[in-house]
Amino acid sequence: MVRQETMYLNLGPQHPSTHGVLRVLLELDGEVIVRATPDIGYLHRGIEKLMEQKTYHQCLPLTDRIDYLAGSANNLGFVLAVEKLLGIEVPKRAQYIRVIVAEFTRISSHLFWLGTHAHDIGAMTPLFYAFREREQIMDLFEMINGSRLFPNYLRIGGLAQDLPEGFLYKAREFVDSFPEQIKDYEALLTKNRIWIERTKGVGVLTPEEALDYGVSGPMIRGSGIEWDIRRADPYLCYEDFDFEIPTGQNGDTYDRYLVRMEEMRQSAIIIKQAIEGLPDGDINVEDPAVTLPPKEKVYTNIEALINHFLLIQKGIVVPEGEVYVHTEAPKGELGFYIVSDGTTKPYRVKIRTPSFVNLQSLSKMAEGRLLSDLIAIIGTIDIVLADVDR
Amino acid sequence: MAETNSVASRIKQIFPDVFLEYQSFRDQETIIVKRDRIKELMTFLRDEPGLEFRYLADLTAVDYLQKRPRFMIVYHLYSHKEKRILRIKVPLEEEDPYIDSVTSIWSTANWHERECFDLFGIRFVGHPDLRRILLPSDLEGHPLRKDYPVEGR
Repeated sequence: MVRQETMYLNLGPQHPSTHGVLRVLLELDGEVIVRATPDIGYLHRGIEKLMEQKTYHQCLPLTDRIDYLAGSANNLGFVLAVEKLLGIEVPKRAQYIRVIVAEFTRISSHLFWLGTHAHDIGAMTPLFYAFREREQIMDLFEMINGSRLFPNYLRIGGLAQDLPEGFLYKAREFVDSFPEQIKDYEALLTKNRIWIERTKGVGVLTPEEALDYGVSGPMIRGSGIEWDIRRADPYLCYEDFDFEIPTGQNGDTYDRYLVRMEEMRQSAIIIKQAIEGLPDGDINVEDPAVTLPPKEKVYTNIEALINHFLLIQKGIVVPEGEVYVHTEAPKGELGFYIVSDGTTKPYRVKIRTPSFVNLQSLSKMAEGRLLSDLIAIIGTIDIVLADVDR
Repeated sequence: MAETNSVASRIKQIFPDVFLEYQSFRDQETIIVKRDRIKELMTFLRDEPGLEFRYLADLTAVDYLQKRPRFMIVYHLYSHKEKRILRIKVPLEEEDPYIDSVTSIWSTANWHERECFDLFGIRFVGHPDLRRILLPSDLEGHPLRKDYPVEGR
């Protein structure tokens, strides 16, 4: 007798291709997915609740850990939101350095995505190539603030310190050689028959569906909607730079792959322009209510000492109000909604992470596809579970 | 500003019974409305030519423990055409915090509303699958409420 009921299968939470602790409850009809229900929350750390207990600067190290593959991108979103609440704008030099750091973060995040995504589908070599270059970026991050994954380099009102000697030279060296290395990856994948078979037509999102599901970043651009917050709602000084916004046509896994590859090239172009145009000057706003006084003044000047003490012990006083600031993080729209009650601690912080929203479209993309396509679809969303669960 | 104010004035004109307040802070507009016709209002904002907020960027809540009404539901809408953000806020009383779900207008609202239910205990009427999303299903209480302790529970 032929049995006709569907079968249930758990994918994860411990599964190498779910990029962390994602569990997908699958209802299968043979090898075809009838329903895919993601189950998240295994990595929920209550960052939003924790932030309500901390001063604005103490929140910064927590933001590193939202999307741990793009620490500086999270720092950036948070400091921009607080700066908007304060009504300040950082000096041009700090903005340019922030752009350099943010774009390096984008490249490193995309490289990690490329390596793991290709590895999931069965191509092992891109992983080694991608990590070779990612390692160079990690070295650069180590130069600016001594740490690799959690640089915590940005500060409200500017930066922790100026760029170290030799950084610009090494950064320049990297962006000059990087386009050649992208060719290496593309030689392995773009025309690879297996890669095309595994990704073309898999995980399709039409532009309407992309809007309906609220996906952002390379996900929405892969579906053909040219929306990049760096261009649509410019922050820092992105309007100073020439860059293109790549878009896909079919909204499938292959198009999103092409979009991210091109984004890495464009990021390198932006960094190059930022290095060339890097202005001299201060890296922090001149506002004693926000910026720490220079260390030598703290030792010699009583007012500077008091100021330093207050900023450390009490924190920055942020005026009452609320803002929503979104930035183009490597994975999509990263939004910080901060409600301030006029004290030194945020009253409420809501972190709108790209992975959380993008992951929701998984069911839509996976239903009706084969089980093995699900692995490609999880990879193409480019999730980090810490970013999903916060 | 005149142009953006027109969003507020249009809402005031078409939904006079629910319009409460218009605020502007740091170039960001907020419109506060009553919960009664929220689905109608959101459909209007999504489809009306010239507005076309077709993208729900975020949905969350804020707990103003000392104030009345206690909760505030916050929607952030984005219009790709007009390139602008609009914030809609809806006050909810403490006793029975419920509001109509907007999942039928934007599919993305599904998880946002589940998260809001999970962490604040707001009920979204008409939601297809209102379960906890981040926390274990047997947990008691809603951690992002201000009367929920950070530790020692």
